[in-house]
Amino acid sequence: MAEQRTLADPDVDGDKPDAVVVRDALGVGGAVGLSGFAFGVTSAGSGLTLVQTCVLSLLVFTGASQFALVGALAAGGSPFTAAAGAFFLGVRNAFYGLRLSEVLRLTRAVRPFAAQWVIDETTAVALAQPTRRSARIGFAVTGLSLYVLWNLTTLLGALGAEAIGDTDAWGLDAAGPAVFLALLAPMVKSATERAAAGLAVVLGLGLLPVLPAGVPVLVAALAAPVVLWARGRHVRGSVR
Amino acid sequence: MSTWIAIGLTVVGCYAVKLVGLLVPEGALERPLVRRLAALLPVALLAALTAQQTFGDGQALVLDARAAGVAAAALALVLRAPFLLVVAAAVVVTAGVRAMGG
Repeated sequence: MAEQRTLADPDVDGDKPDAVVVRDALGVGGAVGLSGFAFGVTSAGSGLTLVQTCVLSLLVFTGASQFALVGALAAGGSPFTAAAGAFFLGVRNAFYGLRLSEVLRLTRAVRPFAAQWVIDETTAVALAQPTRRSARIGFAVTGLSLYVLWNLTTLLGALGAEAIGDTDAWGLDAAGPAVFLALLAPMVKSATERAAAGLAVVLGLGLLPVLPAGVPVLVAALAAPVVLWARGRHVRGSVR
Repeated sequence: MSTWIAIGLTVVGCYAVKLVGLLVPEGALERPLVRRLAALLPVALLAALTAQQTFGDGQALVLDARAAGVAAAALALVLRAPFLLVVAAAVVVTAGVRAMGG
């Protein structure tokens, strides 16, 4: 969600007071953590139980994947296509982990626990810090505050949705796509990204009436390799 | 039951990719093509999901109050509104349009 900056040389660009790092991290954790409310409402509105909704936030803890999963299940997708879409959205976290392991230098014993917090926001905060110490503080504070708030607001959202009944009447079915749009916006900068997004929209909407629920999204994901391949051909062609 | 299957698969899959990133030796995923694909895949998925959840109703394509709500969210994004305000704009406008019988 937030823009990523590259890590400056840890030895040079020195002192950033711990309090400032903590304040920045709490700002991100707080703002994004509160949107667990939208997830709780969306999930409960999609027909998942309170327990299922809370298990997703506790154990999956990567927002886009969670929204994608409940959206696909609500649309009548099979558990496998729904999980596949959520999984593909989570793949980017592997690449965050790759950068973070370089920056944080965690011990082997800590990594399985830190892994659950490897998401867009913790990565953005950690990589924006000038030193290893501040990166570790930023990662831990963002991770903890976001995890606690996200799960708390998920619970409240799910309880709220059950209490008010028809969530559509309150416009809450628009929360899911709005979250996706907010996640997508900072990622779409170059012509390649716009082309992939455009092709994915055409495939996703065009195939919706003809393929089983959940499958059109997976086919639309092919827009990524297709656009990369087309661009590769174009670049090679213009070099010759 | 099938919901629990989907949840179980997602829990395991999403945790595994997070852990893999922290555990693999540096350089293993550093091939430029792999990196670019990993960056572009979420763009395609999020774009398709946004479109489907705005215009999809089961297997049918529809134009309803959600479109107005998502348009409001887009406007909020252009105006650099914070995350929560973007989501709130979508919800409020969608509810408003429905209340007016849209």
